[in-house]
Amino acid sequence: MTLTTDHAPALSNARPATQAATRLQKRLRLSETLIQGFLFLCGAISIITTIGIVYVLGRESMLFFASPEVTLVEFFGTTRWQPAILQFGIWPLMNATFMTSAIALLVALPLGLSAAIYLSEYATPRTRSVLKPILEVLAGVPTVVYGYFALSFMTPLLRTIFGANTVEIYNTASAGLVMGILILPLVTSMSEDALSAVPRSLREAAYALGATRLETAVKVVLPAALSGITAAFIIAASRAIGETMIVAVAAGAGPNFTFNPFKAAETMTGHIVRISGGDLSYDSIDYNSIFAIGLMLFFMTLTLNLVSNEVVRRFREVYE
Amino acid sequence: MTQTGPFNPQTARRHRVGRVWSALFLGAIIIAIIALGALLYNIIDESFGLAAIENRVDPDSLAIEGVPLEDLSKEQLTEILAAHVSAGLLRRFENDQPFAERDRASVYALVLERVVEPQIQATWSLTDSLFRREQVLTEAAEKYPQAKVEFRSWLTPTFLRMPQSSKPELAGVRTAVLGSLWTIFITIALAFPIGVGAAIYLEEYAADNLVNRIIQTNINNLAGVPSIIYGMLGLAIFVRGLEPLTSGAMLGVVDATTANGRTVLSAGLTLALLILPLLIINAQEAIKAVSNSLREASYGLGATRWQTIWYHVLPNALPGILTGTILAISRAIGETAPLVVVGASAFVALDPSGPFSKFTTLPIQIYQWTTRPQDQYRSLAAAAILVLLVLLLSLNATAVLLRNRYSRSV
Repeated sequence: MTLTTDHAPALSNARPATQAATRLQKRLRLSETLIQGFLFLCGAISIITTIGIVYVLGRESMLFFASPEVTLVEFFGTTRWQPAILQFGIWPLMNATFMTSAIALLVALPLGLSAAIYLSEYATPRTRSVLKPILEVLAGVPTVVYGYFALSFMTPLLRTIFGANTVEIYNTASAGLVMGILILPLVTSMSEDALSAVPRSLREAAYALGATRLETAVKVVLPAALSGITAAFIIAASRAIGETMIVAVAAGAGPNFTFNPFKAAETMTGHIVRISGGDLSYDSIDYNSIFAIGLMLFFMTLTLNLVSNEVVRRFREVYE
Repeated sequence: MTQTGPFNPQTARRHRVGRVWSALFLGAIIIAIIALGALLYNIIDESFGLAAIENRVDPDSLAIEGVPLEDLSKEQLTEILAAHVSAGLLRRFENDQPFAERDRASVYALVLERVVEPQIQATWSLTDSLFRREQVLTEAAEKYPQAKVEFRSWLTPTFLRMPQSSKPELAGVRTAVLGSLWTIFITIALAFPIGVGAAIYLEEYAADNLVNRIIQTNINNLAGVPSIIYGMLGLAIFVRGLEPLTSGAMLGVVDATTANGRTVLSAGLTLALLILPLLIINAQEAIKAVSNSLREASYGLGATRWQTIWYHVLPNALPGILTGTILAISRAIGETAPLVVVGASAFVALDPSGPFSKFTTLPIQIYQWTTRPQDQYRSLAAAAILVLLVLLLSLNATAVLLRNRYSRSV
């Protein structure tokens, strides 16, 4: 420890008994107060960011809905989004977002939970130390790389399996499947944390009653970790809805109201990226419209995140 | 024993079911590993392979006195250029940058681009090139009789050195990598001090009152906001609202290439806001892990709060903070969507010269090449992805090393 030099004065000051000590307390240290103020400002930047997000999205959306071409009824009630002819019905974009997210969750939730159960209940420490880094690598790959993967691997694969006539070059199925791979590590690591937090004594009690390993895992550990796993699932849904690059590359570049996963359809995030990537002039209806979509996106993900926090807070089983 | 009779068959069945399910659980992990393998295979498969290249002028015919084209001196290259292109074009090159000031590499690049004009007619994947070589060669000979078919690696030192170009044969990632580095530099310079400061405040100073609870909850929620929303925030605030600052006009240093506020600075600021929550949460974990006895010992010796933090808490939390920072940075390096929204330029052939330049970054370059329909761009994108992955992997390896060292020392 290298305490000596800097603290020597403090030590010698403290010696003349209690009087000096009380004086020390009373003295206002300007630098200390300044530092604390600066650090508080650092923390407050997060608040400013949130206010900024809400203000920006809110203001531009207000401008969007205030323009004579747009009404709230049309926005939420019609199924055509074609800014060129001033048609602004959000449903084609929402529908595509739900489709890709649903496909992704269909892949990621069962696989992610299974992988988590294996890692936490079956794997030896050695196996874990090999498998976990692989999942971490999967989680660290940038999303644009997954987009490339969807377009140049998954889509051709789907086209070979189902026929090039049924599967379009851009389609929501391919984007959704690859997005499932993207959020799988997230589901696994969050679920595994929840499973590992269940105390050993519960497992040992189950084994003592003659339960097999599977029965212990599914009937004892899983219910005990349910709140954490539910939270993981909700966070995964939030990630899927907000995911952008995979759908921007592979899902299609034109709003399309369809329930066929093999057809091209543009998601909310995909639309924002395409519009803002082009020539965008400020205060045009296009510019304002992407903020309205962004506001929807923000509320959807925020709600999911808050619900997930609430699930953990309210339903968590606390063990000693 | 009589009682085991009815139980035995059931036990066997239960164990069988258990085995089946454990295989299924393991299967899930194997699927994940296969996916990772397929991803890497796909990228490597596209980055290397046979390519049919057609040259307008055969480089062998340009050799002077037996010295091949690539070994000629700058003066000889300039002569070749002068002999093959129109006088007007030559004047334009001279105007862009006088030949006297150009280095040999740039003249060589011009000769390749304007005289030899290699054109890639078709490319084949690595698998095809290795295992169906004969078929590929006959196919190429039929379709492109003029072309020379040769094995081409898209990831070459030239690929790293060359700027973006409209010709896929000559395009490189130089501008994109430099753009990424500039952006990340600004991001770190802003996010690291603010993030660590906020973490110190929340862990060491903040009393449990309403304001501080709001800050904490707010940070957790910000971490879950989709990255594209940050892009929109950046577009409205940094690019548009603070345009005088982000374009450099306020400081009187407007870059010649600048497109309004769509600069490296705007991108860096946006990414800084994006990784801030992540960085704060990671730094908080690291500060929390410092044992309380250290703080108490320091207070006991009469140190002030800041002295305690500066001399004892921070040095002990530093490896953890750095690990968290590196992870946050690798997230920022791979981030694409917010930068597209903030206004990364589609085509930048000039190196960024400072915070007020137009910018493109590596992931954005990948995105743009991926969305082009031609095969050549597919291969370019794959090579650029390899560059990005190597960059990220080395960053993550550093983080893991730091973490291991740290966990051993405690």
